[in-house]
Amino acid sequence: MKDEDTIAAISTPMGEGGIGIVRISGEKSFDIARKIFHPRSEIKNIKSRYLYLGHIVDPEKGYIVDEVLTSFFKAPHTYTREDMVEINCHGGVTAQRKILELALKLGARLAEPGEFTKRAFLNGRIDLSQAEAVIDIIRSKTERALVMASRQLAGGFSEKINSIRSELLNIMAHIEANIDFPEDDIPEADPGKIKGEIIKTRGQIEELIKNTGSGRIMREGLSTLILGRTNVGKSSLLNAMLKEERAIVTDVPGTTRDIIEEYINIKGIPVKIIDTAGIRETSDLVEKIGVERAKKYLKEAEMVLLIMDASEEITDEDRSIFEMVKDKFTICVINKIDLPEKIEVKELERLLPDKKIIRISALKQQGIEELKDEIYNSVVEKIGPIDENTIIAGQRQKKALEDAEDSLSRALTSMDEKMPVEIIEIDIKEAWEKLGEITGDTVSDEIINAIFENFCIGK
Amino acid sequence: MEYTAGYYDVAVVGAGHAGCEAALAAARMGMNTVVFAINLDSIALMPCNPSIGGPAKGHLVREIDALGGEMGINTDKTFIQIRMLNTGKGPAVRALRAQADKKAYQFSMKYTLERQQNLDIVQEEVVRIMEEGGKVKGVVTRTGGIFYSKAVILTTGVYLRGRIIIGDVNYSGGPNGLFPASQLSESLKDLGFELGRFKTGTPPRVHKHSIDFSKMIEQPGDEVIIPFSYTSENIKREQVSCWLTYTNKNTHDIIMENLYRAPLYTGDIRGVGPRYCPSIEVKVVNFREKPSHQIFIEPEGLNTNEMYIQGMSTSLPADVQIRMLRTIKGMENARIMRYGYAIEYDYVIPTQLSLSLETRKIKGLYMAGQINGTSGYEEAAAQGLIAGINAALMIKDREPVILKRSDAYIGVLIDDLITKGITEPYRMLTSRAEYRLLLRHDNADLRLTEIGHEVGLISDDRYKKTLEKKKMIEKEIERLKSIKITPTEENNRILEELGTAPINTPFTLEGLLRRPEMDYEKIKALDKKRPELPPEVIEQVEIMVSYDGYIRRQIEQVESFKKLENKKIPNDMNYDMVYGLRTEARERLKKVMPCSIGQASRISGVNPADITILLIYLEQQKRKKAHG
Ligand SMILES: Cc1cc2nc3c(=O)[nH]c(=O)nc-3n(C[C@H](O)[C@H](O)[C@H](O)COP(=O)(O)OP(=O)(O)OC[C@H]3O[C@@H](n4cnc5c(N)ncnc54)[C@H](O)[C@@H]3O)c2cc1C
Ligand SMILES: Nc1nc2c(ncn2[C@@H]2O[C@H](COP(=O)(O)OP(=O)(O)OP(=O)(O)O)[C@@H](O)[C@H]2O)c(=O)[nH]1
Ligand SMILES: [Mg+2]
Repeated sequence: MKDEDTIAAISTPMGEGGIGIVRISGEKSFDIARKIFHPRSEIKNIKSRYLYLGHIVDPEKGYIVDEVLTSFFKAPHTYTREDMVEINCHGGVTAQRKILELALKLGARLAEPGEFTKRAFLNGRIDLSQAEAVIDIIRSKTERALVMASRQLAGGFSEKINSIRSELLNIMAHIEANIDFPEDDIPEADPGKIKGEIIKTRGQIEELIKNTGSGRIMREGLSTLILGRTNVGKSSLLNAMLKEERAIVTDVPGTTRDIIEEYINIKGIPVKIIDTAGIRETSDLVEKIGVERAKKYLKEAEMVLLIMDASEEITDEDRSIFEMVKDKFTICVINKIDLPEKIEVKELERLLPDKKIIRISALKQQGIEELKDEIYNSVVEKIGPIDENTIIAGQRQKKALEDAEDSLSRALTSMDEKMPVEIIEIDIKEAWEKLGEITGDTVSDEIINAIFENFCIGK
Repeated sequence: MEYTAGYYDVAVVGAGHAGCEAALAAARMGMNTVVFAINLDSIALMPCNPSIGGPAKGHLVREIDALGGEMGINTDKTFIQIRMLNTGKGPAVRALRAQADKKAYQFSMKYTLERQQNLDIVQEEVVRIMEEGGKVKGVVTRTGGIFYSKAVILTTGVYLRGRIIIGDVNYSGGPNGLFPASQLSESLKDLGFELGRFKTGTPPRVHKHSIDFSKMIEQPGDEVIIPFSYTSENIKREQVSCWLTYTNKNTHDIIMENLYRAPLYTGDIRGVGPRYCPSIEVKVVNFREKPSHQIFIEPEGLNTNEMYIQGMSTSLPADVQIRMLRTIKGMENARIMRYGYAIEYDYVIPTQLSLSLETRKIKGLYMAGQINGTSGYEEAAAQGLIAGINAALMIKDREPVILKRSDAYIGVLIDDLITKGITEPYRMLTSRAEYRLLLRHDNADLRLTEIGHEVGLISDDRYKKTLEKKKMIEKEIERLKSIKITPTEENNRILEELGTAPINTPFTLEGLLRRPEMDYEKIKALDKKRPELPPEVIEQVEIMVSYDGYIRRQIEQVESFKKLENKKIPNDMNYDMVYGLRTEARERLKKVMPCSIGQASRISGVNPADITILLIYLEQQKRKKAHG
């Protein structure tokens, strides 16, 4: 019994800067690897179990994703008894993710939890006495993956999917009612309306693809806005976290006038740090635009680092900023603790009752690690631990969303080609099923139930 | 006193739509067969609407026909109106629907049974199934006759402990005033079968002369008659019309005022009814905002004035029935000949069967039709045919015919019953078939004639014709693919005349036919040397070319579906020995006893991890065997 498809997954739990392995197993694994892996020196005949140094290059866009070590393992002397490739990468989760994505694009399928082990067993690599252990692995991996998936569904994501699904369901129920009960007095579904609905739902799916839970964070970084009035040390903090002089720091208030974005990696979570212009009333036009921009970015930020100056009392400007971040996920950072303390900490706690407060000195590099820990913990609290399972769960969701989007696009093409409704319905149903994979609802009786709920049918 | 009444290969209990197909199939496959009915006048009785076919149901009839069953032929002999439905939609959902002359249908079927070799027809109520050592031995009738047989097929329909309900009146009975079967349920329980209870209903029948058709909308049949059976040719027949009218506020008011007397709402009816055949009281209550409901008046036959009032199924009291009917336009003076009623009956929970329709408990015992929880003539006939075939094959020591979900609606029907189980009377719908585009009514012959031939129900001659048709289709598609149309001025002028875009690179005829606005007839202008082909071949060519992309996608899906279907699970699988299965999955698997990994994966409560574990277990067993 041999599965023909090639599978891929990220295989090591990752930490900051840690090496991660992308594994590919199956007939196409060598092919796929050769398409994305550019060895330092040309390989004539691939040697099995040999480490090749080189780069992973996105074959479409042509840019280098990561510097990697790649090994090829020829069947049958491999873990799964199939051809296998292991790509050891350095560039952290974002790179691993990207490499995995490339492999999937080139025809690999995302491995199910425990699937490498399952193949190893089914292909006779693992002996009989270990079958129970294999089952335990599969069971526990599956369950963990389920927990991950459901955690990622928190935060309105599953509601959104469900609402898209129910819109698709209504379209399908109408089409099906027309098909199965052509003589009942149900008005024919209006193609123009169906088309409008499909375009609308496709837009919603696109939106979701951009914003899927931790998957999105993994892809684009947790967007973290440094906010505060002028001269409190925002740019200094950015530099301290990056460990380089990225932003200009002066003692002139209003130094930063535009947005500066930089990425750092906190224990495997990519964080996009955004330094902004200090918030104050100003007549300087350029600075004013900067302030407006900061406010706009605030809307989209997932986390705010609200900076206070320890050496000064709380000002009215600070208070107005407190108001702005009231509903935001915020860590309050008291900077300049190396200076004599003037800030009324008690008052601050009163004004920001539900926000964590961290004390640092950007100048002296004090408290920066604690701040990073706090950021990490807050994220984990919000979306669950970030490990290979989270990433895979995110990957799965994204793939399902993209497939759903494709299906709806096909439905629209078919509509333009004047295909009959039952053909168009094939694509709508496929989209609906793909979305169901994300939420775990794939009961096909739903359509039939919807027909009877929505339409008065029967003789 | 009991006596030995005879020895048979196959005994079929019931001569409804399931029983007739089962008996005919078994007898035609050379089995010495006996078929029972409580009343021989109930053979092939249609206790509800006088029509056969419609979406999904019409597909079933075509499939029955392709496998060598009788329903299509018998309908063609006796229909008084026929129409193709869904003509405005695509080929996958087009379907035939016929109005049959009920009595003619019955007598024609009865006469077919009577003329069938190897088939005895007996009016008797079967009261007991005989079993020994897990194998069926035969049946015992109410008058004490012992009929020994190697296989027994139960097709008892709505008769098991049937109870009729009309308003506050209820009594034990079968449909149409026939006797129910009151003892067989006990025998089934004694054998360890789990039974459930469903209900269904039927509308009143009204005298034609009391209806004013001038106030209604006429619904004639199709001008061009396309028959059900692939063997019927060129039917020319005078057709009769149906009539359309509507309920109104007065009708609904009378229903609402009398709801307290409706057994569906007083709790008198406990059996679960079908959602697709709701009674008028349920429709009015559930869709209160709807000001009117359609009512079709359908003739029950040519030699009768009884008219079937489709849309008015009800179990309201008789006095309410007549009052509400008379509120309807054209029915002001309606005279009811038969009142509407509801009927409750026992069915056997179908997850106790295997996909061959044999019970898992007792070898040689098969069940088909409404006894399995389905509803509808076509659903019954389809199962009857399969049960008849499989009983005969079992006796011949051959593998049963199990149609896959990708082979036929019949496959979907049986798999749904056995794998998923049911919570209401099951009716076939096209939306239940995931490979709907492949399972068209127009290609049932191409899909199934081979199987019918293999079991011996289709003649060599008919099979040969189907093979020829297949070949003609393939050849014609090849030919269209091979002919290139060049972008000459002349060709582009023709194309423009045909209302399609001109070309600037060479195009095959197939490529042109693929264009949504083109059809086979149109491209003739560019196809001078085309062969003379029968219309059914042209139809296939057009469908296969126009929907090629989608058809190919479904074929791919079917391929991967089949991979799992072909991973077999042994019959004697002991799920208690499988390490790592969740309890819920284990229980569900034990209940259904799936025969393949594919079937197992469709059982609700069995998740992908359970399937992996099953795969590993099976592999483990295989290796153990290999190592001795
Ligand atoms: C009132 C009513 C309304 C219905 N409405 C609809 C509808 O709206 N739509 C729809 O699709 N379907 C409807 N049906 C269902 C449809 O009629 C049945 O599904 C179909 O006829 C079932 O076929 P069958 O062969 O399984 O059983 P039946 O046609 O019921 O035949 C059963 C046969 O078994 C015989 N029999 C039973 N018990 C014994 C015994 N113990 N010994 C000997 N013989 C026995 C009977 O005499 C009979 O010949 C309705 C049925 C009824 C009664
Ligand atoms: N003593 C002390 N000085 C600091 C610290 N952090 C920043 N400063 C000083 O504060 C001044 C302002 O620092 P910036 O980082 O430019 O402040 P900012 O918030 O980015 O200011 P704007 O961009 O103008 O809004 C500089 O002179 C820094 O050197 C600190 O932790 N301790
Ligand atoms: Mg600054």
